[in-house]
Formats: sequence, structure tokens, C-alpha cells
Amino acid sequence: MIELIDNYWLYFLVGQYPAGPLGGLALTLILGVAALALALPLGLVLGLARASNLRMFRWPVGALVFIVRGTPLLMVIFWAYFFLPAVTGHETSQFTTMLAALVLFNGAYLAEIVRAGIQGIPPGQTECARALGLSYRQAMFAVILPQALRNMLPSLVGQLVTTLKETSLGYIIGLSEVSFIASQINAQVITQPAEVYSILALTYFALCFGLSRAGRALEKRLSGRTSGVVPTPAAEAA
Amino acid sequence: MPFDVSIVLTGEFGRWMLQGFLLSIELTLITLALAFPLATVVALCRLSPNALLRGAGYAFVEGIRNVPLLVHFLFWYFGAPQLLPEGARNWLYEHDAEAVCAVVALTLYTAAFMAEDVRSGIRSIPAPQLEAARALGFGYLASMRLIVVPQAVRVTVPPLISQTLSLWKNTSIATVIGTAELMYQAQRVETASFRGAETFAATTLAYLVVSILITSIGELYQRRFPVRAT
Repeated sequence: MIELIDNYWLYFLVGQYPAGPLGGLALTLILGVAALALALPLGLVLGLARASNLRMFRWPVGALVFIVRGTPLLMVIFWAYFFLPAVTGHETSQFTTMLAALVLFNGAYLAEIVRAGIQGIPPGQTECARALGLSYRQAMFAVILPQALRNMLPSLVGQLVTTLKETSLGYIIGLSEVSFIASQINAQVITQPAEVYSILALTYFALCFGLSRAGRALEKRLSGRTSGVVPTPAAEAA
Repeated sequence: MPFDVSIVLTGEFGRWMLQGFLLSIELTLITLALAFPLATVVALCRLSPNALLRGAGYAFVEGIRNVPLLVHFLFWYFGAPQLLPEGARNWLYEHDAEAVCAVVALTLYTAAFMAEDVRSGIRSIPAPQLEAARALGFGYLASMRLIVVPQAVRVTVPPLISQTLSLWKNTSIATVIGTAELMYQAQRVETASFRGAETFAATTLAYLVVSILITSIGELYQRRFPVRAT
């Protein structure tokens, strides 16, 4: 096993880079972070539409979210793989295909997190803001969203872990992220599949377990500061 | 080429699609039947007063949940058989190794998630419920059966149904090890028919219909058996 790591660690971490395209664990991280970063604005817009009072926003977005959540991610990846080139008119790289599929898929999931975050803020907050003369938009962006987003932070860390795990599906369309690289290494070594895939599993574990722990620590730090719980002088004294 | 779904749903293509659909359902049902008891055992370990059992339960849940399902499939199909003794390995390859390994990977993965739902379901029933039942003269088993478990079931079933929905969608990943489920057959039909749009539309619809069915069962259950305030 030591020999295996000794021979292939660089390939495992960055793929063929710098002689070829970047791959391996580095690509997994970049893809995961980029997908979540781009899915956030989409999820925010979809979530606002889902929480809206207007049916013309709420219903079509509700249908989209429902369809995406009822479909396997792999199906979304295949749709992107076959139809992005047809729509854009030129060949789409595996990275772009994966990124597009992950952004759409995670956008739909984040929409539900955003909606739950907005609806988790007590209605008195909106009523107060409106009574003070703020418009719906001002109340939403200045009062509700800042609190909702802070409450959502732990869920977002959880979503990052999920997204990193989902990038492994790039393997199926031949994207050279870390799972694909591991199978390439396995094909070269031939005799040690159990060792190669155990190292791959341990790598994901270290990454995702570390992140989930960080997320839980964050949750603990933020709890007690959530809205609706107004610290009273008595509670602060105690 | 006009859009015509009937091409991929009739004749040989239709048969492939149907076989894949049925295998996906079969994988879901078998995994469910195996994963739920396993999840219950793991949940009881995690709630046990014994630190060793608690640690083992925690290691099982975290160790499995933090590794992508795809890697579980790769490990159980390509890696694990190497570790088996000669006889067991030969048996595996003679008995549809793709389906067996898919069930192993899906069962472990699903059980790790379900264990957490079962655990929080059991923990949601306050201890005074049991104490009150005992004080009224019920034996331990009778209080469990008549007071604690019926309440815990109402809390636990809805998240278990949503895990079943994830399981249904997760069966699609088994295509990486060549299990001939719906996604695998869809790729096969697409390659043979050159009808990408039709194949994927039919496949998406098949996944959606079962997803809607599972979601509806969940909503029906929650309406029929709402969680009661304790």
C-alpha cells in the first residue's frame, strides 16, 4: 500500500497536471466549490419565488423543484451531456457538463433550504418591518434574508459535503476527478483493487467528515443567536 | 427526426426498458427489506449504554455516509471480491455479481442514513412516557409495545419514506458496475436507437412516476397518522 501511495500520490492529487489538464482531488474540490457557489444565487432566486405570495412565481418554480428532486442526479447529468452541445451549438467539456448539472440540481435543493429559512423567520418580523414603512422588497432584503441566511449556514456546509460527494458521478461521463483517476490507477496496477478503492474512500471520508464536523461546530456556535429568541436582560444575567 | 417516444417503448427496446425498470424496483425493495433491520440494529447500538457498541454504531454511520455511493459501488464490485476466499469469489461471479454487489453497497449506504432516522425517532419519545407507563403498572415490554413504540413509529416513518425516495434514485448509480437496472438499459437503448431525447424522456418519466408515488405515500401517512404532541 505504501508503494502504491509512493508511486501515484501526485497523479491522485492533480491528475496529469502540469503536463496535461488538471484532475484528481484538486478537480473534485474545484468542481464541488464552484458548483455550490454558482448554485447559491440560483437557489436564492428559486427559494424567493417559492416563498413568494404570487402564484405566477410560486407554481412554475414549485414544479421545477419537484421534478428535479424526483429525478436521479445521473439523469440530469445525461440530459446535460446530450443536450448542452445541441443548445449551445458547440462541444461542451465534461467539466462544463458536470458543472451545469450540479448547479441545476443543487439549485433546486438549495431553493428548499432558502424557502425553509425564510419561512422559519417569525411572521412578526415581516409585519414589524412593513408597519415601519418598508416595502416587501426592503423588508425581505434588509430584515428577513440576513437572518434567514445566517440560520441556513449549517445546512449550507451540509450541502457542500453532499455536492463534493456528487462530483464523483463525473466518473460516469469520463471527467478526470478523483474517482476516475483512482480507477485509472487501478487499471495500471491491476493487482490491488481493494487497496486503491480503500484509499479513495478514505480520502473522501477525511474530506467530508472534517467538513461535517466543522458544520456541526458552526451550528453550535450559531444556536442561541437565532431570531425569535430575543435575549432578555434576565437571561443575560443568568 | 420527429419526437416519438413509442419507438423506445415498443419491441425489443421496450422490453429492455421494462426489464431495467423492474430490476430497479427489485433493487429498491430488496435493499429496503435488508437495510431497515440493519438500521434498527445500528440505531440501538448508538443508543446503547455500552461505549464500545456506541462507538461501533457511530463509526458505521459516519464511515459510510461520508463516502460517495459511487465509491461504495466501485469498492464492493472491483475491490472487495479480491479479499474473498477463492470459493466465495467463484460463487459470486456465477451468481450475477453485479446485482449482488449493488445490493450490498445500497444496503450499507441506505442503512447508515436510516439508522439516524430510527435513532432520532426513538429519542423523540420523552423518558417520562416510559416511566409513567411503568408507574401505572405496565411491564417493560408492555409499556414499550403499547406506549413508546406506537408514538415513535409516527415520528420515524416519514423520514424513512423520504430515505426510500433517495434509495429509489440511488439505484441509478448502480449502472457504473454494469447492473442492468433502468439507467443502464436506458444507455443501452440510447446507443442502439440513436433516440436520445425519447429514451431520456421515457426514463425520466419512469423515475418521476415512482418518486411521486413514494412522496404521495409519505404525505398520506402523515395525514392519516400525524405526530401527536407529547
